[in-house]
Amino acid sequence: MHNATISSLAAELASRRLSSVELTRHFLHRIKQLNERYNCFVTLDEARSLQQAQAADGLRAEGRAGPLTGIPLAQKDIFCARGWRTTCASKMLSNFVSPYDAHVVEQFNAAGAVILGKTNMDEFAMGSSNENSCFGPVRNPWKEDAVPGGSSGGSAVAVAARLAPGATATDTGGSIRQPAALTGICGLKPTYGVVSRYGMIAFASSLDQGGPMARTAGDLALMLNVMAGFDARDSTSLEREREDYTRGLGQSIRGMKVGLPREFFAEGASAAVTKAVDAAITELRKLGCETVEVSLPNMKLSVPVYYVLAPAEASSNLARYDGVRYGYRAPDYADLTDMYKKTRAQGFGAEVKRRILIGTYVLSHGYYDAYYIQAQKVRRLIARDFAEAFKACDVIMGPTSPTTAFRIGEKAGDPVQMYLSDIYTIAVNLAGLPGMSIPCGLDGDGLPVGLQIIGNYFAEARMLNVAHQYQQATDWHMRMPPGIQ
Amino acid sequence: MKWETVIGIETHAQLSTKSKIFSGAATAFGAAPNTQACAVDIALPGVLPVANREAVAKAVRFGLAVGASINRRSIFARKNYFYPDLPKGYQISQYETPIVQGGALAIFVDGAEKIVRLTRAHLEEDAGKSLHEGFHDFTGIDLNRAGTPLLEIVSEPDLRSAQEAVAYARGLHALVRWIDICDGNMQEGSFRCDANVSVRPAGSDTLGTRSEIKNLNSFRFLERAIEFEVRRQIEIIEDGGTIVQETRLYDAGRDETRSMRTKEDAHDYRYFPDPDLLPLSVEQAWVEEIRSAMPELPQAKRSAFVALGLSPYQAGVLTASRELAEYSAAAFAGAAAPAELANWITGALSARLNDEGLDITASRITPAQLRALAARISDGTLSGKMAREVFDAVWAGEGDPDAIIAKRGLKQISDSSELEKICDEVIAGNARQVEDYRSGKDKAFNSLVGQVMKATRGKANPQQVSEILKRRLAG
Repeated sequence: MHNATISSLAAELASRRLSSVELTRHFLHRIKQLNERYNCFVTLDEARSLQQAQAADGLRAEGRAGPLTGIPLAQKDIFCARGWRTTCASKMLSNFVSPYDAHVVEQFNAAGAVILGKTNMDEFAMGSSNENSCFGPVRNPWKEDAVPGGSSGGSAVAVAARLAPGATATDTGGSIRQPAALTGICGLKPTYGVVSRYGMIAFASSLDQGGPMARTAGDLALMLNVMAGFDARDSTSLEREREDYTRGLGQSIRGMKVGLPREFFAEGASAAVTKAVDAAITELRKLGCETVEVSLPNMKLSVPVYYVLAPAEASSNLARYDGVRYGYRAPDYADLTDMYKKTRAQGFGAEVKRRILIGTYVLSHGYYDAYYIQAQKVRRLIARDFAEAFKACDVIMGPTSPTTAFRIGEKAGDPVQMYLSDIYTIAVNLAGLPGMSIPCGLDGDGLPVGLQIIGNYFAEARMLNVAHQYQQATDWHMRMPPGIQ
Repeated sequence: MKWETVIGIETHAQLSTKSKIFSGAATAFGAAPNTQACAVDIALPGVLPVANREAVAKAVRFGLAVGASINRRSIFARKNYFYPDLPKGYQISQYETPIVQGGALAIFVDGAEKIVRLTRAHLEEDAGKSLHEGFHDFTGIDLNRAGTPLLEIVSEPDLRSAQEAVAYARGLHALVRWIDICDGNMQEGSFRCDANVSVRPAGSDTLGTRSEIKNLNSFRFLERAIEFEVRRQIEIIEDGGTIVQETRLYDAGRDETRSMRTKEDAHDYRYFPDPDLLPLSVEQAWVEEIRSAMPELPQAKRSAFVALGLSPYQAGVLTASRELAEYSAAAFAGAAAPAELANWITGALSARLNDEGLDITASRITPAQLRALAARISDGTLSGKMAREVFDAVWAGEGDPDAIIAKRGLKQISDSSELEKICDEVIAGNARQVEDYRSGKDKAFNSLVGQVMKATRGKANPQQVSEILKRRLAG
């Protein structure tokens, strides 16, 4: 049951051979058995989950069920959910129980989906290994001393270890795609503005975007159908007609032009990653795709640009965690300033503090023009590179991450090496484009490799179809981590 | 040495919208602490701001009223600093590109008009309030005010005295109320001023170092604070000292300004465009829609009153508020002598309203009644004294002036044959006074007029009486 896709589980539920309560119990049971090993869930509330499952079964009995009614899903602990502790994996919010639902949560609730629990992540989504969590690191089911990637490591592992058929996640610089790649699952970061950020705890507002994680492209489409849509409470939410992302899934991809950016294949990626990605491209050619070389000359600047802009926004977004109104407050302090200092020194982890300091610095008087303004200019150049490239192709492909999963602790002491783990994903966020990662092979150690598919604005349906066609022809997405039955 | 004072004023006008500038919470004043603060206002994790269209419309309205240019695209920026009553750790304001740029306000000082240039006006949110009273060892935070829309209006340093500063503040206060964007309630903090004050040797064209006096919430405090500050600065310079750029607070109790912080410990606010809000775009068509819904402005109303024969001073007084101007205009409609009517409004009516603590909108005499009253004076029906009596009767609710005149039989006797008869009787019955008058004692004449008035029980037209008496006594 836990190895089934969302779409097949939905069919089971629709045929009444299975109830949501049974399904939810099954996953809760697996989580109870295996979460200690992977540490991917940080908050569970069995009673609440089962209550939702019961309600979903009720909806079905009344004939009011939708495609996802009764499907249990994991929620990244960055999404506020009413009555659920919502921590962003930070000590700062370790006691915060949200009084309201994020738009995404609201949408899933309205669709009758069940919240299985809240998943671990890098604190405030800052990290690429899920080691920066006040709940401790998440372990990769493919190799337990390896990281699952981050920041959505908990959601990725929940799906990879078959503890949930799907999960929500967020992506600011690669936080959906990189962990999806490192755990052998599928993840999609939609066009900026497609999924409302309301109730999604902000890291870097101009880059953050929520999206789904699941095991097939078809499942991503089902989830995106629920997550996407205009929300007046988010001023950056885009007002456009609702799309059915599953509709184009059967289309032929014959003649589709796949752009291969020179810069993605030049250097940086490990041999095993390049080999698997090359093989995937060959497979797509067999399916009728044409390939064309394109160039993203400014892509090499995306990591430095990102590490100016994202911390700048974060330094301001995280200012609200001051111990005054909610969340953690230092137990002993002399006065107001001391309370602020101690609360923030004790409540935030090292990486979050590092980024707050960087962000504060680049926004400071005298440095703002040289860093922030300059970075915004380069950001526009990067977006222009993509616009140029898309004149010659329909989708862009390349590796998601330069390496497969690395060992826990391996890069923890070297932030720059860690940041370079997102070298292929960050430019997509800077340009606001949709990007996804699907499994396309295993390296010599049996660790998954991800293929990144980047589309033009609002090309999610097209990207999902390419991925779907690829998955019809290959079985990398069906591979199970060793030790999972 | 002679010194020149240079003043620029920053005004925070609270925009009278129903809901807050970036959330749906209500803005009403005086509710129990934290009952009008929603998730957005208390800055829960994950919440986002959405700009209030009504607040933007009011800012546009202001821009149009002062002849400013409305930026089609303005930017909300974050002003970052930590304070317990600032829930997000930043204030959303407009920094580099405000919605309103330029413009001017005409003020009147000692009867002369002066044009004060405006630099800009921008939208921003208010902070909450720290409550120190009633708490022991800690401070309470009330976030009801957090997120209330403000329009910060910045003048150029065009003001040269405390009197001019007050005239400017009053003019601005009248204007924002006139165009209905701010209730102007200064006690509740809906309209408050910061004054940037510096002095320089008369004739110099470089600006001296300024100090900024914060949060002046009455015109009197504004005036006193500036006067104190000017004296303080001149004294320092004349004693050989220099002025340091600083922020000062006015202590009304001691009537002095005190240093709050100097430039050295000023914040670095780390402004940057708010990524949660798209650039604020104002379509020209919408601006025109707002323009077409604008009331006639004070300036235009003043000119219209002057054209009716009012003095510029009268016109200025009657356009101090939109309500007063509307009352006056209604009274002037079809009036034979608007200037005389204006005297009634600025005189008797204002005095009565003042005595009873009423606003012009609560006047117990309508514009039409006042006009009718004035008409009965100019057509000779009423004497000034009678008019006051009728005014009081209308005020007391006895009906329209004509009805009261008829009921009380207050008509002046203007029939000359009847008056001549009475005058003759008075002359005949007061031989001594007549003699006195003829021998040059003017006082005796007044006594004769008094006798006639007494005989007619005050209904005679005194002017007519004196004419008849003079004629008869000369004969």
